[in-house]
Amino acid sequence: MKIKRNDIYLILAVLAIALLFFCWQRYNGKKTTENARVIVEREGKAIGDYPLCTKEQLIFTDDYGKKNVLTIQDGQAFIEEADCPDKLCVKHKPISRNGESIICLPHKLAIRIVGGEEEEVDVILR
Amino acid sequence: MMKKTAHMSLFLASALILSYIESLIPFYFGIPGVKLGLANLAVLFALYRYGWREALLLNLMRILLAGFLFGNLFTIIYSLAGAIISFSVMCLLKQPDSFSILGVSIAGGVSHNIGQILVAYFVTKTAGVAFYLPVLLIAGIITGLLIGLAAREVLKYWNVRHDWL
Repeated sequence: MKIKRNDIYLILAVLAIALLFFCWQRYNGKKTTENARVIVEREGKAIGDYPLCTKEQLIFTDDYGKKNVLTIQDGQAFIEEADCPDKLCVKHKPISRNGESIICLPHKLAIRIVGGEEEEVDVILR
Repeated sequence: MMKKTAHMSLFLASALILSYIESLIPFYFGIPGVKLGLANLAVLFALYRYGWREALLLNLMRILLAGFLFGNLFTIIYSLAGAIISFSVMCLLKQPDSFSILGVSIAGGVSHNIGQILVAYFVTKTAGVAFYLPVLLIAGIITGLLIGLAAREVLKYWNVRHDWL
């Protein structure tokens, strides 16, 4: 059972898709600016909206008293503490670019960076 | 028939041990959802040795048992979604003249990770989970290739000397 031509095509196709997505994210990520915002959502509903350039520590508690502590400082946002079972959100690296996100699946919480798009316009000519 | 039952339980036991070994390895790359998928080795093996019915049974059993042993209901649902997608894709691609076991395994790894992203999307309802897609796609290729290579070697060895079993 040697590797077949189709296998190579499959690998190349998946690599191409991954690369395409990656470039697209890089391109979008560059747009992060001073007025980027941190959006906090639970089950798709926005429950918080903060500027990225502040220094703040916020505690989010769900209906069952489960907590996530979000820290925003130095233009970055990260989860400092959480009582979820897997702690994946705490281990996640700080986010700062447009479109980056931290997800805490057990608590159905999503932290997302958006904004900066308004800065795209340099000058308006009349 | 008796021999097959014995073999199937042997595979299930190996799948469970592989799940256990995987839960012992702190395999974490900073991205949720990336894992080796060692247990898929047993599933892939059963798929090639017997067929999709046996492999499906093995897959479901090992997810339920491993979930109750090492995880919780949440991890069961989470891995079930990934497993169903990756298993369907592997069955579809396993045609005589299309892909080798390596390609089938890679497709399984990649589609498993896509399944995990879909679950994450339905749980959080945030499109932001797509951010992990490129890393998870590439991770799927690598882990799928490793598992495929391992399964190929095991199959080779099995065909040579399984008479003692």
